[in-house]
Amino acid sequence: MTHLAVPKTYKLFIGGKFPRSESGRTVEVRTASGDFIANAAKASRKDARDAVVAARAALSGWAGATAYNRGQVLYRIAELLDGRRGQFIDEIVQLEGVSARDAAAQVDEAVDRWVWYAGWTDKFAQVAGNANPVAGPYFNLSVPEPTGVVAVVVPQETSLLGFVSAVAPPLVSGNTVVAVASERFPLPAISLAEVLATSDVPGGVVNVLTGSPAELAPWLAAHADVNALDLVGAGDTDWVDLQIAAAETLKRVLPPEQGDDAAAPSLDRILAFTETKTVWHTKSLL
Amino acid sequence: MTINTQDHGRAIAPAARALDVLGGETTEAGLRRYLEGIPGVDAVGLEQRAAALATRSIKTTSKARALDTIISLIDLTTLEGADTPGKVRSLVAKAVTPDAADPTTPRVAAVCVYGDMVPAALQALGSAHAGAAGNGIAVAAVATAFPSGRASLPVKLADTADAVAAGADEIDMVIDRGAFLAGRYGQVFDQIVAVKEACRRPDGTYAHLKVILETGELNTYDNVRRASWLAILAGGDFIKTSTGKVSPAATLPVTLSMLEVVRDWHRLTGEKIGVKPAGGIRSSKDAIRYLVTVAETVGEQWLRPELFRFGASSLLNDVLLQRQKTLTGHYSGPDYVTID
Repeated sequence: MTHLAVPKTYKLFIGGKFPRSESGRTVEVRTASGDFIANAAKASRKDARDAVVAARAALSGWAGATAYNRGQVLYRIAELLDGRRGQFIDEIVQLEGVSARDAAAQVDEAVDRWVWYAGWTDKFAQVAGNANPVAGPYFNLSVPEPTGVVAVVVPQETSLLGFVSAVAPPLVSGNTVVAVASERFPLPAISLAEVLATSDVPGGVVNVLTGSPAELAPWLAAHADVNALDLVGAGDTDWVDLQIAAAETLKRVLPPEQGDDAAAPSLDRILAFTETKTVWHTKSLL
Repeated sequence: MTINTQDHGRAIAPAARALDVLGGETTEAGLRRYLEGIPGVDAVGLEQRAAALATRSIKTTSKARALDTIISLIDLTTLEGADTPGKVRSLVAKAVTPDAADPTTPRVAAVCVYGDMVPAALQALGSAHAGAAGNGIAVAAVATAFPSGRASLPVKLADTADAVAAGADEIDMVIDRGAFLAGRYGQVFDQIVAVKEACRRPDGTYAHLKVILETGELNTYDNVRRASWLAILAGGDFIKTSTGKVSPAATLPVTLSMLEVVRDWHRLTGEKIGVKPAGGIRSSKDAIRYLVTVAETVGEQWLRPELFRFGASSLLNDVLLQRQKTLTGHYSGPDYVTID
């Protein structure tokens, strides 16, 4: 019996749902050799706006969850991602034109990075926070808190690993994320969104836009309700202009990085999206 | 439905409008005959019409104009048990200066508070209060045992007279939905007439009377249409959808059906009655749909504060965000408007 090929339609991921682009636009995604794979949505500025609204709405719940709970949720993503290993390997092989062995290595590395970041949720505060010595009978405690809504232009050269490496760190401390996926290799990002939608991540904590970073990033950079901007994958855009636009509303900004190891795992990437709160408390009531 | 036949021939208050329209026969029976003779509402057609009007696309300069119009039509409202004079002062400050970053932002039409907060609102408004010139911000007070309306008539009248004496320019009264649903139209009619009389000031002028139908409790479009006619016949200056305390509050089809009554009344008598959708309108997009509906049903001449109002509180912030977006070209956020 012959089987009818069913090409998948890849949609956006906003607020825990998979809407088409408000604009109705799509882009054809092709293999390295030029064969058609699927249509993916091409997000517009209004999709970016909706994603920011969803991220803002999800912030209090995610930032308010206990660090232990966030760690469990992030670890669960790694579990589900590993369970769909085969699908991701196929997609990466098709899209990037690499060998199955290299694709498998990329998926494994992505899983490892989720696990690594999941472990940090209830530990980074001990490293970055402090009990400050003060001249008086007071506790003076500094603790890192999430910055808020973080817009991320993910690394463009790798489809899955770049996405995971850029999206996971802001989630650790309780930020919510609007991610602009790789323009050339958007499919694994949306497949990962399917993993997120079926894991325990609350809707709106991660929002994924596929389309042109050059078109979307300026709207996110100038958006007054976005608190931080990670330009790690924006090296090919006018990123200086993005930084200038972001400065208008005092965002935290990370600069572009080039190469295969863009957004390599580090504690600094977690701490880049935190704000330090310092509180005084008297010792005498003890 | 059981109808109390003893009341059937009872005379109702001889309101001027009712005398003209009912032809000198102001009895409960005459009123019932008139209201129940009004053709029923085609619910599917009404909802379809409202949905069609909601698809109109308003962009760029039209949108900028619409946003300013919306602000100038808002009754900025706080109706909480926890209202304090300080809360009313901050509401008034926002009514006078909706966007501190942009002094060209128009002022709202009125502030709407409970009757006992009228003095606080007047004091906070100061010279911004709508005087005889009528170009400032008015003070509207809810009265008649708002929001349920479950009190005796003397209590309702005292509530109203109290607010008028305190200086309220407009009174938002609730009808007795229980009496209306039980078919005692005459009782509802008499109450509205009595409240209208209680709106009379010592100098002979009247505080503007808005009649809240609480459409969420009237259940059918037919009832909404009848209640609208009833409120207009009894002398209401405005008909208002809801208290904001009952869900569903204002919806586009309900407001459309009320606008149709107002249009018919205007054709019949040449008199212009105002409409105020209240509750549940939170986004600029929704509010623009109401503007389109008003313009298409009764005409653009209704889009001024004397004839159309939005009863809202959170709507203003969304309009301000949209306005900032239109002016600056980038999306704004809730950090750039005041917290209510």
